[in-house]
Amino acid sequence: MKEYRKLSIPYLVWTVIFIVIPLILIVLYAFTVGGNPVRTLNFTLSNFAKVNEPTYIRVFIKSLELGVLTTAICLFAGYPLAYIISRFPDEQQDILILVVTIPTWINMLLRTYAWMNLLSDNGIINGLLAKLGLGSLHMMYTDFAVIIGMVCNFMPFMIIPIHTSLQKMDPSLIEAAMDLGASPLQTFRKIILRLSMPGVINGIVMVFLMGISSFVIPKLLGGGQYVLIGNLIESQFITVGDWNFGSAISTILAVIILIAMRLMKKMDLKEADGE
Amino acid sequence: MDKIIELKNLTKNYGDQQVLRGINLDIHQNEFLTLLGPSGCGKTTTLRIIAGFEEPSSGQVLFDGMDITPVPSYKREVNTVFQKYALFPHMNVFDNVAFGLNIRKIDKNVVKTKVDRMLALVGLADFGTRDVTRLSGGQQQRVAIARALVNEPKVLLLDEPLGALDAKLRKEMQVELKKIQQEVGITFVFVTHDQEEALTMSDTVVVLNEGTIQQIGTPIDIYNEPENRFVANFIGESNIIDGIMNHDLLVTFDDVQFECVDKGFPENEPVDVVLRPEDIDIVKPEDGKLTGVVRSVVFKGVHYEISVETKYRTYKIHTTDYCAVGTPVGLTLTPDDIHIMWKMGSY
Repeated sequence: MKEYRKLSIPYLVWTVIFIVIPLILIVLYAFTVGGNPVRTLNFTLSNFAKVNEPTYIRVFIKSLELGVLTTAICLFAGYPLAYIISRFPDEQQDILILVVTIPTWINMLLRTYAWMNLLSDNGIINGLLAKLGLGSLHMMYTDFAVIIGMVCNFMPFMIIPIHTSLQKMDPSLIEAAMDLGASPLQTFRKIILRLSMPGVINGIVMVFLMGISSFVIPKLLGGGQYVLIGNLIESQFITVGDWNFGSAISTILAVIILIAMRLMKKMDLKEADGE
Repeated sequence: MDKIIELKNLTKNYGDQQVLRGINLDIHQNEFLTLLGPSGCGKTTTLRIIAGFEEPSSGQVLFDGMDITPVPSYKREVNTVFQKYALFPHMNVFDNVAFGLNIRKIDKNVVKTKVDRMLALVGLADFGTRDVTRLSGGQQQRVAIARALVNEPKVLLLDEPLGALDAKLRKEMQVELKKIQQEVGITFVFVTHDQEEALTMSDTVVVLNEGTIQQIGTPIDIYNEPENRFVANFIGESNIIDGIMNHDLLVTFDDVQFECVDKGFPENEPVDVVLRPEDIDIVKPEDGKLTGVVRSVVFKGVHYEISVETKYRTYKIHTTDYCAVGTPVGLTLTPDDIHIMWKMGSY
C-alpha cells in the first residue's frame, strides 16, 4: 500500500499548482483592492458590496432559476430514459449508453452552433414550419433557446449516474417487493427510486453545477444581452478587466455551489435512512 | 390432505430451448415439498411460475382450485425466500420484515406485534434496528424467512435458500427450517440441488431432470425405490447393473440368479438393477454369490468405501469393516437389497 501512495505524488503536485494555488489567488483577489503591489495587500470587502446592485442580483437570480430549471428538466426526462435503458439486456445497455454519450464526443461549441442553425429565425425549424404553411417562431436569444442548449449538453451527465445506480441494483429486490404485495408503482416508489437516489443526487449536482456556471451556451444561444453569472465573470476578466470584482463573483458562485452540494448530501443521507 | 396448488401441464420455452416439458404436480396443505434436480432441470423455473415472476408458455397454475396463471405476483397469496435473500439494503431488519404488512396498510401496533413475534421465531428478537447489510449470511437468511412468513402466506416458496451458507450452518438451518414449518403449519415448496438436504427436510420429494418429473415420493421411497436410472444415480450412490428379469421374484445379472422382491415385469425383460453400496455384504470368497478382489479402500469417516473388482464390473461397497487391498472376497445380497427398475424409455 505504502509504495502505491507515492504514485499519487504527481497528481498532488498538479492539484496544488493548477487548482489549489489559483483558488487561493482568486480568494485573495476577491478580498483586495485593484492595482495592489505584490507585497502589500489592501484588504477590502468592497468587491462583494458591488454585487449588491439590482442588476447583478438579477443576474444571480436568473442564473439560479435557469440552473434549477435545466436540472429539473434533465432529471424528469433523464430518469425515465435511464430506467428504460437499465431494463435492457447487458450488451444492449452498453450500446444505448454509448448512444447517450455520443453527443459529448463532439465539441460543445459545435453542438451549440448546430442549435443556432436549428433555432434561428431563418433556421431549419422555421424553414420546416414555413414549408408546412405555419407561421414562424422566434426562438433564438430567448430563455427557451438557452435552456434547450443546456439540457441537451448536460443530459448525459444526468443519465449516466442514474443508470449506473439502477444497473447496480439486484433485480431480485424488485421481485421481492412484488412478492411481498407491492404493486409496480409502490415497488418503484419504495425500492427502485430509493435505491437509485445516490445516482439521482450525483446527476443533480453535476447538472446544476454546469448549468449555473455555464457561459458559452447563454452567450451563443441567448445573445449578447443575455447575462448569467458565467458571462458576468467572463466579462469582468476579459473585457472589463476588473479581476477583483470577477474573483468576488467567482467566490460567491463557489459558495452557492458548495451549499447546494451540502444540501444534496444531507438529503442523500436522509433518504438512505429510510422513513 | 387438501390440494393447495395444482400445476397442470406446465411448459416453458426460452427461445427454442424447452426448460419445462409438461409438469403436472399437486402440492398439498402443510406439506414440505422439495423440487430436487441438477442445475438447469427446471426446478427454479417451476418455482418462479408459482410465485408469478414468470409466465408459463402453456399450462395452468391452480391455487385453492382457482386458476391464478394470469394473476400478477403481488396479488398472489404466496411469499418467496430468495436465493440471495434480496433484503432491501436501505431498510433495517424491522422495516424489511414489516414491508409486506406496511404495503397492506396494517395498523402500526399490529405490525410491531407481528414483526416482533416473527423475529423471535427466527431467533433475531433484538435485531430490529440492525442494518441488514451488516448481518452474517445466516442472519440475513433468517430475516428473509421472517419477512416472507410475517405475511402469513398459505405457501412459502424457497429458492435454494441455504446454498450460500457454509456446511455446518446449512445443517443447522435445515433443522430449523423444518421446525419453523411445523410451527407455522403452512406449505413449504423448497428448491434444491442437494439430495441430502431434500431427503432430510421433505415430506415429499419431486425429482426433476431436463424439464420433466422423474419421480414423486417420500424421501424413503425415492431412496429405496428409485423409478429409473436417473433417480438412482442422482439420489445417493448406487451400483446400476444391466439384468434380465427371468420371472417374478427372480433376476439374473453377472451370470448369477438372485431372488428379489420385485414383480410385475414381463418374462425375460431387460431391466436395470440398483444395488446401494451399503446393502452389499462382503463375505469369505466361498460364501459369496459373486467373487472378486478388493482394488481400493478409501476411509470416509463413518465407513470405508471399498471397490471390489469382479469378472464383469467393479462394485462400490460401503462397510464399516476394513478389508485390505488385494484380498479375494465374496459378495452376497439379500432379496430386499435388490431393487429392479424399468429401463429408461421403456415405461
